[in-house]
Amino acid sequence: MSQSATSRPVYRSPFDLPREEYLAPGHSLCAGCVAGMIVRHLLKVAGPNTIVVTATGCVEVSTTLYPYTSWRIPWIHVAFENAASVASGIEAAIKVLQRKGVIDPNKRINVIALAGDGGTYDIGFQALSGLLERGHKVLYVLYDNEAYMNTGIQRSGGTPLFAWTTTTPVGKVWKGKWQQKKPIAEIVAAHRIPYVATANPAYFIDMVNKFRKGLEVDGPAFIHVIQPCPTGWRFDPRYSIKVAKLATETAMWINWEIENGEFRVTVPVPKRKHVKHYLRMQGRFRHLTDKEIEEIQRFIDREVEYINKRLGKEVIGPLVE
Amino acid sequence: MEREKLLKPGTYFMTGNTAVAEAALIAGCRFFAGYPITPSSDLMEHMARRLPQVGGIFIQGEDEVAAINMVLGASAAGLKAMTATSGPGLSLMEEALGLGFMLELPAVVVDVQRVGPATGIPTLGAQGDVMQAIWGSHGDREVVVYAPSNVQEAFDLTIDAFNTAEELRLPVIILLDELIGHGYGRLRVPNLDEIRIVDRKKADIVEGYMPFKTHVLVPPFAEPGKGFRLHMTGLVHDERGYPVIDRDATERLLTRLLLKVRANRDRLVSYEVYPCDGIDKAEVMIVAYGSIANIVKCALKRLKAHGIKAILFRPKVLWPMPDVELCKSVESYGVENVLVVEMNYGQYLYLVRAALLHCPTPYRFVSITPGFYPSPKELSERILRVLS
Repeated sequence: MSQSATSRPVYRSPFDLPREEYLAPGHSLCAGCVAGMIVRHLLKVAGPNTIVVTATGCVEVSTTLYPYTSWRIPWIHVAFENAASVASGIEAAIKVLQRKGVIDPNKRINVIALAGDGGTYDIGFQALSGLLERGHKVLYVLYDNEAYMNTGIQRSGGTPLFAWTTTTPVGKVWKGKWQQKKPIAEIVAAHRIPYVATANPAYFIDMVNKFRKGLEVDGPAFIHVIQPCPTGWRFDPRYSIKVAKLATETAMWINWEIENGEFRVTVPVPKRKHVKHYLRMQGRFRHLTDKEIEEIQRFIDREVEYINKRLGKEVIGPLVE
Repeated sequence: MEREKLLKPGTYFMTGNTAVAEAALIAGCRFFAGYPITPSSDLMEHMARRLPQVGGIFIQGEDEVAAINMVLGASAAGLKAMTATSGPGLSLMEEALGLGFMLELPAVVVDVQRVGPATGIPTLGAQGDVMQAIWGSHGDREVVVYAPSNVQEAFDLTIDAFNTAEELRLPVIILLDELIGHGYGRLRVPNLDEIRIVDRKKADIVEGYMPFKTHVLVPPFAEPGKGFRLHMTGLVHDERGYPVIDRDATERLLTRLLLKVRANRDRLVSYEVYPCDGIDKAEVMIVAYGSIANIVKCALKRLKAHGIKAILFRPKVLWPMPDVELCKSVESYGVENVLVVEMNYGQYLYLVRAALLHCPTPYRFVSITPGFYPSPKELSERILRVLS
């Protein structure tokens, strides 16, 4: 298969992206939801020769409001646990059809699996691991709003420490979730696939370039995108991108990629903010005491130390405010 | 202290899902594992809030398979345990339900039905899980399936379900649907002393204990931590719990497991004939259950206005089926036509058909499109059309 047939240029500004829209407006995502922005730009990068497999979740429900659809490309919605499996099947079938000459062997068809944190961290994890191990050429995009927002804000494996959700209530006995967020991108990277990245829509050029790389590599690619959710995280919808930006500025979220085994941080943070700036913006952390915030801060400090040590230089700087 | 935190006696206005959760707590449920799925998520959320208050344990699993297996684990450890899900989740749980039957672990599974197959319509109710609840698991399995039709009954039957599960040591299923689960209704909670609560029979002699040896149908339960030697397996096993490939042992085990429900059939069946008094003869008998039965009750008045004397036969327990009782009612009321009304394309119909095998009365079927509840007027018009 020709790799360079539709090789995309490096995006340097928003004007480098194609004007065509493959996600039609009029969907019913909440006001201030960043998922629409993530999917819109993912499809702009992928272009028309794309098949998207979507697991049950916010994006699936909101973009296919009866009797309409927002998808201007072939799209399939499957059950909750099997986006990766169906994407594997589609990719394998395309391979066979190209081998037999039914489809032009030089035609590049992108297969993208799109799932939320519930469909990836929890119920879809087995299918995802199978896809990665078999090495299907599929780009798996995880939009992570850190809970089951579609069914009503229940905790998931991606919910961070101490966050309130409807199944980790705050009361005398429970104080939100008491487990850490599962490091899903690192678990995926342990499968030794060609491309793994974490992205933040607030660092938009970085994100679209990661989509581009993910679509170009020969083999599975996984991109983990943080998606602030005004409804579930309890903040004013106009602050979605601000919250996303603070996630990186406080190093709660670190934008990194592993390309063919080489680890790099794509958005260095020379001066790091205290995590309280990020937490205090969100209602789901409203119950936190200063002691609990410090506990989260210590955890972040350890993560930063680990990242810096792994790179052998300081890419995430010290805490300044 | 725990008892003080339970729902106080009195009259309440609440949803079916909440009523089930509160009934479970009163019945002694102290473990809940679940996974979010519309329309049962609010039951789980209620349990997440309430269980820590009564000293219970709430866990959200990574999927339905994890949830039901955690419930089985908790039950094996001695707690009364429950999970709640909807149709797609019940499909994933079926294997474990068979396991629970084989290991004789009490458990209660609430299925708040929605439109299927696949994702279907998550926010609208249906009655499409009847077959999967009764026969979903592989192999020969018996189950008890409850079908409450209002909030009060959801409460009462949940307590019954826990009692049955504990008494017979097997997983039981409660079939709600979205309308009962999310619909508000009146609930009267009696004094807690008036509620009959059954706990599983516990083994007392440690020496020479055999987990599956019993001269009655249900073996006593070995409490963990008391020194019992326990060996449990989903394989066909003998009285010791060790796997066997032997005709007699297989026969002995499987017949005993099945007999737990079959021999107790008369005690388990529960149904209602409506209107209960003032009628000794009826031309038409309508068989309906769950939320649809409420609409049928309203439609009966309209049918009466059209000069048709009709009664409702409503099983509260779908399985074991009240087939003998159905036949007897048909004969005693001199029924000329039996009409099955369901919100699916014919599931309980097959059981009614089998029940009426030796009954000359003809039966007909009214299928209601899953998800779209008819008004009593629409339903009575459809019934009239079918009858004419």
